[in-house]
Amino acid sequence: MVTLKINDQEVKVAAGTTVLDAAKKLGVNIPTLCNHPDLCVAGNCRVCVVEQTGARTLIAACAMPVSEGMDIHTNSLKVRNARKHIVELLLSEHRADCTKCYKNQKCELQTLANEYSFGEHIFLDLVEDHPYAIDRSSPAFLKDDSKCIRCQRCVRTCAQLQHVSAIAVSHKGSHMKISSFHDRPMSHVVCTNCGQCVNRCPTGALTEKTYIDQVWDAIYDTDKHVVVQTAPAVRVALGEDLGYDPGERVTGKMVTALRQLGFDSVLDTDFTADLTIMEEGTELLTRLKKVLVENDHSMALPMFTSCSPGWIKFIEHKYPKMLPNLSTCKSPQQMFGALAKTFYAQKRNIDPSKIVSVSIMPCTAKKYEADRPEMRSSGYKDIDFVLTTRELAVMIKQAGIDFRTLEPTHYDSLMGTSTGAGVIFGATGGVMEAALRTAYEIVTGKPVPFNNLNITPVRGMDGVKEATIKIEGTVDEWKFLEGAELKVAIAHGLVNANKVAKAVSKGKVNYHFIEIMACPGGCLGGGGQPIPTSAEIRQKRMEAIYSEDMHMDLRKSHENPEVLAIYKEFLEKPNGHKSHELLHTHYIERESY
Amino acid sequence: MYHTGNLVKELAEKHGRKRESLMPILQDIVKKHNYLTDDAMVAVATELDISAAEVYGTASFYTFLDTEERGKNIIRVCKTITCSMKGKNDIVSTIEDILKIKVGETTPDKMFTLLETNCIGWCHKAPAILINDMPYTDLTPETVIDVIKGYMRK
Repeated sequence: MVTLKINDQEVKVAAGTTVLDAAKKLGVNIPTLCNHPDLCVAGNCRVCVVEQTGARTLIAACAMPVSEGMDIHTNSLKVRNARKHIVELLLSEHRADCTKCYKNQKCELQTLANEYSFGEHIFLDLVEDHPYAIDRSSPAFLKDDSKCIRCQRCVRTCAQLQHVSAIAVSHKGSHMKISSFHDRPMSHVVCTNCGQCVNRCPTGALTEKTYIDQVWDAIYDTDKHVVVQTAPAVRVALGEDLGYDPGERVTGKMVTALRQLGFDSVLDTDFTADLTIMEEGTELLTRLKKVLVENDHSMALPMFTSCSPGWIKFIEHKYPKMLPNLSTCKSPQQMFGALAKTFYAQKRNIDPSKIVSVSIMPCTAKKYEADRPEMRSSGYKDIDFVLTTRELAVMIKQAGIDFRTLEPTHYDSLMGTSTGAGVIFGATGGVMEAALRTAYEIVTGKPVPFNNLNITPVRGMDGVKEATIKIEGTVDEWKFLEGAELKVAIAHGLVNANKVAKAVSKGKVNYHFIEIMACPGGCLGGGGQPIPTSAEIRQKRMEAIYSEDMHMDLRKSHENPEVLAIYKEFLEKPNGHKSHELLHTHYIERESY
Repeated sequence: MYHTGNLVKELAEKHGRKRESLMPILQDIVKKHNYLTDDAMVAVATELDISAAEVYGTASFYTFLDTEERGKNIIRVCKTITCSMKGKNDIVSTIEDILKIKVGETTPDKMFTLLETNCIGWCHKAPAILINDMPYTDLTPETVIDVIKGYMRK
């Protein structure tokens, strides 16, 4: 332990602790910008400078480890003056058109500027003379270099958490900037649209591309029937943007709010999550049979899940040889979209051209996914607009809804019924658990041998998880699997996905089924979720997801009555002809940069 | 444009495939071809298993690792204060007149590229230019014509 003084208060912390964290322990707040709990120390913005008695210069609290007898002052005149200049210098290169900015009142630089309450700026405004570009090429997000303060949170996110590095620091001095490979448009590089950078950008330099106005237009258009679906991870995080603590479940209130916003039908992505399990589970069993029993290698093992559009784009760029290993199932969002303008339209007797299909997602990559040219199986754009959890919170505020006082209500029926298996899609390991709950029961006729159906080995925040499920007591049709050990793996965050994909591509591992989610923690840590994010916040959202599951009457996808009904009335059978037409897709090899 | 062929692979064999091998590999490509094509940068990224944006980021930091097409001979005119005061502008316009290109451009026959550069350390013999690796100093509009013509004859 190391003893030091901060603002004349003594504190004892473990060796290696930074001055910043030691101060936190005392309740002393040191402002930061480039620092982020999920990322390595950068120490480049200098906002966290503090004074160390006896030291020649000010030190960066985020980067300086404590030492015995240190005497730190976080609020001396020297510190305040320096910090004021540092913030003002950052502002001199930042287009501060705050009232027009999407991040207005959610911008960390603005908060600092507010705290240091500037009058006249003493530094020249350098933004006007600089030819900054705004990259609008991606359907998922905007990159506005005129608002970038070069803290490099995005660069570290893309490298450390996602192993993509679609962006890096380029050029030098006053020309230094964050750029893609040779400044290509973000839509034409390896970027997966995961939005993790958007989630961590302290300013408005990286923001989701918003479709709020388009959705309002659709709602106000009386000629249109606007359906909305909500992804599982939205209900455990939306509250954070509306004044609740992380981990509050607000499902019922969210449904009421959506109805009050004017959506004609409030439906649940969890329904198609259950449907995904039926399709993907069947696909897995078919692949196992073909490869292991019939020795037919036209189908590849292991099978990767395909729910995460960030992961899909990652594998298309980085491991195109393994595209046959991807499940052909569309994600629940896109299955929903394809069915909304076919099955739902028929049942409700609505002209599909009059349906506007909106989805609320914890994800920015879903905006990109909805735009993929393959996603038009209904004959129309299957999903018209994708809003993030954050955008929904904005709409709720715009509408003047007092969220706290709302009475919880239930989803509408017809693609609104779901099970706990659908809910847990929102957490890493959830798709695996949901698939196992169903596949095991199909094969053996018995529920998975885990207490309360909770398959704990596939849960939790470890980057890569592995489990082996022994299959015993098979029914006749699946006799060939008797005694077999199903080996599964789960990875979340593309840096972990890359480890698993690399091991598979080199033949070093022997899995049958692998769940991959592009974002840390799975969808609950998605790029479209409320800001800020951290390991603690994601943990709370995860607990909320599993608690939501435990509170559901039905917890197995194959018991969802609406899923059973849709097969009977419309789809015939899992992996059948109609399913392939509407619910399955194909993938494209992409460039390596 | 040039084709990298096996060059990047050979350089990776020579310098290794670690992160610190990046600079010597890029320098050797530039030594041979004068600039880095996108294909070359992607090939380096693939060999070293790093991202192409990172390779570009590194290359763009260094003035002498060009990522735009350059001619066979790269003329860099020192633009720093001493050379400026000693007549750098006349040198530039003389070269522009002979080669019929502006600063930043390459001649259609790809023989010359004209650039400006920060201080090259020849202030005591200003104005100075660099052609490829060779400095030419104490220049006047007359002498620089001879220098350029020498390269035209090569």
